[in-house]
Amino acid sequence: MNLTTAIIGIAAYLILAPIAGGLLAGIDRKISARMQGRFGPPILQPFYDFFKLLEKEPITVNKVQDFYVMCFLIFIVITGCFFFAGGDLLLIIFSLTLASIFLVVAAFSSNSPYAQIGAERELLQMMAYEPMVLLTAIGFYIVNGSFNIYDIVSSDVMAIQYLPGIFLGFVFILTIKLRKSPFDLSMSHHAHQELVKGLTTEFSGKTMAVIEIAHWYENIFLLGFVYLFFVNSLSWSPVLAVIICLVTYFIEILIDNNYARMKWQIAINASWIVAITLGFVNLLVLYFMR
Amino acid sequence: MSYVTKSPWIIHYDGSSCNGCDIEVLACLTPMYDVERFGIINTGNPKHADIFLVTGSVNEQNINVVKQIYEQMPEPKVVVAIGICATSGGIFKECYNIMGGIDTVIPVDVYVPGCAARPEAIIDGVVKGLGVLAEKRASMDKRIGVIPAAPEAAKEAAAEVKEKEEA
Ligand code: SF4
Repeated sequence: MNLTTAIIGIAAYLILAPIAGGLLAGIDRKISARMQGRFGPPILQPFYDFFKLLEKEPITVNKVQDFYVMCFLIFIVITGCFFFAGGDLLLIIFSLTLASIFLVVAAFSSNSPYAQIGAERELLQMMAYEPMVLLTAIGFYIVNGSFNIYDIVSSDVMAIQYLPGIFLGFVFILTIKLRKSPFDLSMSHHAHQELVKGLTTEFSGKTMAVIEIAHWYENIFLLGFVYLFFVNSLSWSPVLAVIICLVTYFIEILIDNNYARMKWQIAINASWIVAITLGFVNLLVLYFMR
Repeated sequence: MSYVTKSPWIIHYDGSSCNGCDIEVLACLTPMYDVERFGIINTGNPKHADIFLVTGSVNEQNINVVKQIYEQMPEPKVVVAIGICATSGGIFKECYNIMGGIDTVIPVDVYVPGCAARPEAIIDGVVKGLGVLAEKRASMDKRIGVIPAAPEAAKEAAAEVKEKEEA
């Protein structure tokens, strides 16, 4: 891995990710609206929302909450920077977990019952998706012999050929990470609310804007994971990978609009069963075949 | 330019309405009227809301609820009273427990008369509220505080409606 590509990766992520993430959110809302037979908001609506939130009067329950939310943003951005600089996959997973923990702590600190139940559910969701994320990292290691993103991207094999089960498992938990129904337990983007606004009930104005932009950064980084499955040293593979990312996101929107919200027990059971059947079996097969 | 007018999030509270106006408010969110076209989202959380839609009049029991929701909303904020009940008390005006319109408790910016108010009228009212919202945002910038009372036009309209009611 050389320094210039790393710096270019980081710079591109820092600048382009919020723009792409916001646009993706706008397209998401438009497509969702069309699926529901509505006209839907303009594509740029998430940006309007973001700038409006910046204009609002700041109200905070306590001082630390803004600090934690800021940490959430910073660690999400650091995670993404590691990823797009071609860093170590394990380090990325750990800093992602740390970022999510900061959001949970921020919600706990507000002392509101809605935010606290939302925070508890967020912890349960993390329990639900963490095993699959770790299995994904292990899968990449077995295929490429390295946890390094730069090595994975520049290897000759396309990871999906060896990791179809892990890919499907990852797409499954992506529903949790992208906060889509049926697993949007801790907070929801929809009109049908859960726990008022769950995690973010007590955040308003600028604090809320910070959470929004952190989500955009996070979504782009998560799609980067999908990208990783399809990219190799061939020159056309990035194009294929980006197309697959968009298709995956579309499927998530479809799932989002077709399912009602489920209980947290189902979320945990389902994602652990998926992690064991798809993820672990895939690893076993890979281990004995190679 | 103010972004407040492009992304007004609403919170809807049912005072002591007969539910007629509530159904009309919710009708605005359906595919038929689809207010999300204008970036309007029904949040259900006062801390995220810009526009407070109240249906029904204030009674002795919910004075504090209405006040609290209003106080929890961050500036700039606008209150839209929907239906004749929220405007003046309407058919419930004479009841022993009714205080009257919403403006007896919190400052109201836009009145949407009607029994029940039609979805078109509600959307019109919200759009009118956007103007007030922009004004309030501008006055926040100038640090001259927030305009507490309704704009004159809306007040006159409300007064007319009240007169008709009484006649
Ligand atoms: S104005 Fe009419 S429809 Fe609306 S709440 Fe009052 S009585 Fe019901």
